[in-house]
Amino acid sequence: MNRPRLRPPSRLLPRLLLTPAVATLFLWMIVPLVMTIYFSVIRYNLMQPDQSGFVGLENFEYFVTDPSFTTSVINTIVLLGSVIAITVVVGVAIALLINEPFAGRGIVRVLLISPFFVMPTVNALLWKNMMMNPIYGVLAQVWAFFGATPIDWLTDLPLFSVIVMVSWQWLPFATLIFMTSLQSMDREQLEAARMDGASYGQQLRYLYLPHLGRSVAVVVMIELIFLLSIFAEIYTTTGGGPGDASTNVAFLIFKQALLNFDAGVASAGALFAVLLANIAAIFLIRMVGKNLDK
Amino acid sequence: MARQSTFTPAYAVRTVAAWAVALLLFFPLGWLLLTAFKTELQAIAVPPELFFSPTLENFHEVQERSDYLHYAWNSVVTSVVSTLIGLAIAAPAAYAMAFHKGKRDKDILMWMLSTKMMPAVGALVPIYVLAQKSQLLDTQLALIIVFTLSNLPIMVWMLYSSFKEIPREILEAARMDGATLWQEATRVLLPLGMGGLASTGLLCLVLSWNEAFWSLNLSAAKGGTLATLIASYSSPEGLFWAKLSAASLMAIAPIVVFGWFSQKQLVQGLTFGAVK
Repeated sequence: MNRPRLRPPSRLLPRLLLTPAVATLFLWMIVPLVMTIYFSVIRYNLMQPDQSGFVGLENFEYFVTDPSFTTSVINTIVLLGSVIAITVVVGVAIALLINEPFAGRGIVRVLLISPFFVMPTVNALLWKNMMMNPIYGVLAQVWAFFGATPIDWLTDLPLFSVIVMVSWQWLPFATLIFMTSLQSMDREQLEAARMDGASYGQQLRYLYLPHLGRSVAVVVMIELIFLLSIFAEIYTTTGGGPGDASTNVAFLIFKQALLNFDAGVASAGALFAVLLANIAAIFLIRMVGKNLDK
Repeated sequence: MARQSTFTPAYAVRTVAAWAVALLLFFPLGWLLLTAFKTELQAIAVPPELFFSPTLENFHEVQERSDYLHYAWNSVVTSVVSTLIGLAIAAPAAYAMAFHKGKRDKDILMWMLSTKMMPAVGALVPIYVLAQKSQLLDTQLALIIVFTLSNLPIMVWMLYSSFKEIPREILEAARMDGATLWQEATRVLLPLGMGGLASTGLLCLVLSWNEAFWSLNLSAAKGGTLATLIASYSSPEGLFWAKLSAASLMAIAPIVVFGWFSQKQLVQGLTFGAVK
């Protein structure tokens, strides 16, 4: 644009305005990182302060060869993958259902969004006790009503139970994003397709689903960011157990740090978690970067 | 387009199906609501009692046993203050990138987002040690700092994508007319960017209110938030579901009701402007 200006735009002002945000975030990233790297190569047990000194990569070796480690990586991936898959598939289905007008749409919307505002600790306790308790829980009574043996969810299917809780929390979010997206669809195009006798399956395949692509990317991105280190749901319900059955990487590091008081090993684990996050971030940034470059 | 007559078989089927899905998903919360007004015996009755005379006993007892108001106050202070500080830091940055485009903006945005991807647990040991050394463990201030920083990337992103929708020409015109930066920000940007600021603030309030990881690890009886209070009810011994439900209800009610009123704004903001 060639428009007369009083003075050439100065880069000083935007830089000044950016500085507080960039500087605080940089500190927030670099200080813990440097400290973590330092802790990870020394012996640092909070219960044995007299033992110290450089240990090289011993902490890493200990963390990675811990039998819980592989389990926790697998659990992290299963948890993340399942929750994303469930919320996207069910979310799209519900969004398609409530996209067309029906009686009481406003109230349905409010009911549907509610779980999103429930804090994770309440979510976890609610499901652990009132829903999943093997004797008094609602699910146990439903099972008993149909003559089946009630399941002891948190003991027999711990990871699945956590997946249910987290999906319940994030489904509303996915649903509403998809619904917002559906409402911006070209109505005329839809009408035309219907006039031409396109079946609902065809409309779905060629019109609805392609339109939702972008919002699926947004949902996956945000859920990845928030769910990579799920903690509260595990902490308040299964405590990572039984054994390591529902321990994810975040919880394993927590166990090392605050239950075993081994800050050295926990720091080594933390660096591993950072690595894992970065792999996810690179994958994500490619995807989102493409999507946001309008 | 003219509105077609609404009542068709498809309309009826949709209504029934949508209500069934919504009630099913809302059921756990509805159950929590009911249980909070039961006695402990009614709460674990088999089969469950649907009709009972409600009692407020549990709410009294929660307040007496664990000083609900103290934790609620901590929740209010930490979430409101961290949101305000966050907005004050994020808004100038978002303004700079949206209206004074630089070559590195996209890198900065991506870098900010990548700090959010770092699992909080990765910073647990250092932050815990720092908080301990500076005697901030179990204080409101520690949580305010941590909430602000962990929400900052999301705030910059949301504000940036909403500011980008504002036509640059309006701000440039104000600048041409000799408006100072302060005038430009308060008289032009603030009214036009109100929607974005509101939805960003709302989301951060919700996120901070519900934040559990740092609250559980950095605070206890003194600086703890409602998330900490609720976690203390998870002790395995004894079935005190009615009291647990009452405490839970008191912890989530403010933010859920708040969320109901702001849901449209909130969801719009959370899509980073990528979904219209």
